[in-house]
Amino acid sequence: MAAKKPDVPTTPSLDFEKPIVELENKIRELEQLAQQSQMDLTTEIRPLKELREKLLRQIYTHLTPWQMVRLARHPNRPLTSDYVQLMFDDVIELHGDRAFGDDRAILTALARIGDERVMLIAHRKGKTTEERMAANWGCAHPEGYRKALLKMKLAEKFGLPLVTLINTPGAYPGIGAEERGQAAAIAKNILEMSRLRVPVVSVVIGEGGSGGALGIGVCDRLLMLEYSYYSVISPEGCAAILWKDGDKAEQAATALKITSRDLMALGLVDEVVPEPLGGAHRDHFKTALSLRDRILAALKNLKSMPMDRLIEARYERYRWIGNGDELTQQVKRARLRGGRPEVVAKSEP
Amino acid sequence: MAWVRFRKKDMPGGLWTKCPSCGEMIFSKELLENFKICKKCSFHMNTTVDERVLFTCDVDTFDELYTDLAPVDRLQFVDKGSYGDKLKATAKKAGRLEAMTIGYGRVLGRECVLGVMNFQFLGGSMGVVVGEKVTIAVEMALERRVPLVLVCSSGGARMHEGALSLMQMAKTCAALARFADAGGLYVSILTDPTTGGVTASFATMADVILAEPNALIGFAGPRVIQNTIRQELPEGFQRSEFLLSRGQLDRIVRRDEIPQTLFRLFEYLVPVAPEQIVAPARPRFEASTNGHDSSDKAEKAAKDKSGSRLPAEEGAEAGKDEKKKKKK
Ligand SMILES: [Zn+2]
Repeated sequence: MAAKKPDVPTTPSLDFEKPIVELENKIRELEQLAQQSQMDLTTEIRPLKELREKLLRQIYTHLTPWQMVRLARHPNRPLTSDYVQLMFDDVIELHGDRAFGDDRAILTALARIGDERVMLIAHRKGKTTEERMAANWGCAHPEGYRKALLKMKLAEKFGLPLVTLINTPGAYPGIGAEERGQAAAIAKNILEMSRLRVPVVSVVIGEGGSGGALGIGVCDRLLMLEYSYYSVISPEGCAAILWKDGDKAEQAATALKITSRDLMALGLVDEVVPEPLGGAHRDHFKTALSLRDRILAALKNLKSMPMDRLIEARYERYRWIGNGDELTQQVKRARLRGGRPEVVAKSEP
Repeated sequence: MAWVRFRKKDMPGGLWTKCPSCGEMIFSKELLENFKICKKCSFHMNTTVDERVLFTCDVDTFDELYTDLAPVDRLQFVDKGSYGDKLKATAKKAGRLEAMTIGYGRVLGRECVLGVMNFQFLGGSMGVVVGEKVTIAVEMALERRVPLVLVCSSGGARMHEGALSLMQMAKTCAALARFADAGGLYVSILTDPTTGGVTASFATMADVILAEPNALIGFAGPRVIQNTIRQELPEGFQRSEFLLSRGQLDRIVRRDEIPQTLFRLFEYLVPVAPEQIVAPARPRFEASTNGHDSSDKAEKAAKDKSGSRLPAEEGAEAGKDEKKKKKK
């Protein structure tokens, strides 16, 4: 695992980060001054650092869902390319769907994580403008999903577990995407992943945008980074439809229950991976390190299961997903009555 | 138990219905007996769940099940009003608890599982119970070893149930994977409109994908696409005919041809012994005095021919010629 300097933002991109970033800039200035002038400014710097810790804790323990969405989209947030550098070794990218093209919005690669050989499938967003354009800002086309499926099948054939990193605003809504069957491409991946005979670990590292996320996200273990989100629709899209006002995204983000903790409470997520204080973008290295540990632990656990049991467990996981105990029990009881409604004994008038 | 039978008094609206496409005034009874297809311009008007059952299954054969599964507001979702209230009001209006209706039925004598989505019910959106009922329909078909037919019409996943809705895409597809592994036949019928999470899951995972003419079918809605790409969308974009030309559908089928088409597909792909085919007890529509085309005759003809061959390749206007032939 190569060491990499964390990217600490010097200009605040989020309003609620502003006091922290200003403080950090001040600390940096003082540190530079101390170095240049050979003066000992420790006594001046220490209280500022303490204040920074206090501020971070204060702000980051009271984040609203909408603030978390904005963190998930933070320009300095670690992306697939960072995790490839920090978490994986010996990466061999495999391109193309062998039918139409090579969608840069999804990376598919053979990779090692710890002692495990895996197939890595990950949304890619890109850092520079050029990269972002090439990756279409993380919005994949059908050929991206078909490429992913092809590599999943390759992994299945040779017994490599799948690690998928989810980070997309959503699958691309465009003319070509529709012409080439965006919906069917996603559906096919979902269907095939449900019976893929290798362990699958998925991690939402940033944006879990609807079907575009699920298209590489049917799994045995679903992990979420603390400040990532996973939603059926973007808060903006939901606000535009239900509130008829795109500016109500903040309310929509709350109502949709899209944060890692909310989804954990709803039973959709297996594990929330804590981010360093102040968010993943303040310490890429530390984020990658803890995520790597959690992925390895999940893989180890899944690999110990016999394949038939793993597939059965995955089936059961999705068979009742979202129901809650009450509905599941209701369905099981209704089955015994051949699907007929419960007969409620009417009392005599 | 809900034996669905269409009665005259259930007829919606007045005596006359105006075609939303060409403006033709059509006698409502006549319109119904023409499967709610405009006789002048062939426009396929929206159907209710009961009409869809009537247009698809033999009379009195549809046995609706799992009617008491009701959606739950697990997120306590509130936008301009509460989701719970919205559900109550919608259910009252729809006469059913959810946007999905499932049951066993017969199509020209062949038993199958039929699922019908109701676009009038919160845009036919897929929440947990819709996903659950689709999955149960798959399991019912698997259990009785009969074909599965899902008539789709949906704006996508239901926002009010958040990621729980999203996960229904995985639930339904996982069940369909098992059904496929067991050799089950699944035919989906895409009707106007079918988009979003429904298209991106069970609707497009059928062995045979049929669509009604001119239905809007897609992943993203046209407005979303237009707002994203900021250019005019091509003529007929995301309509059945467009999808067919792009290789995304197996066939476009007129609504009045759906029973025959299903029957013939069943007989081709999963034939059964003749004694397992139960002739419809009564004609689909009460005797009509207006001398209007009796589709029942056509259906009977199709049945007599059953097990023979599909006609030579037809165009998008499928069936029209065939029907004329049969009338002779
Ligand atoms: Zn008309």
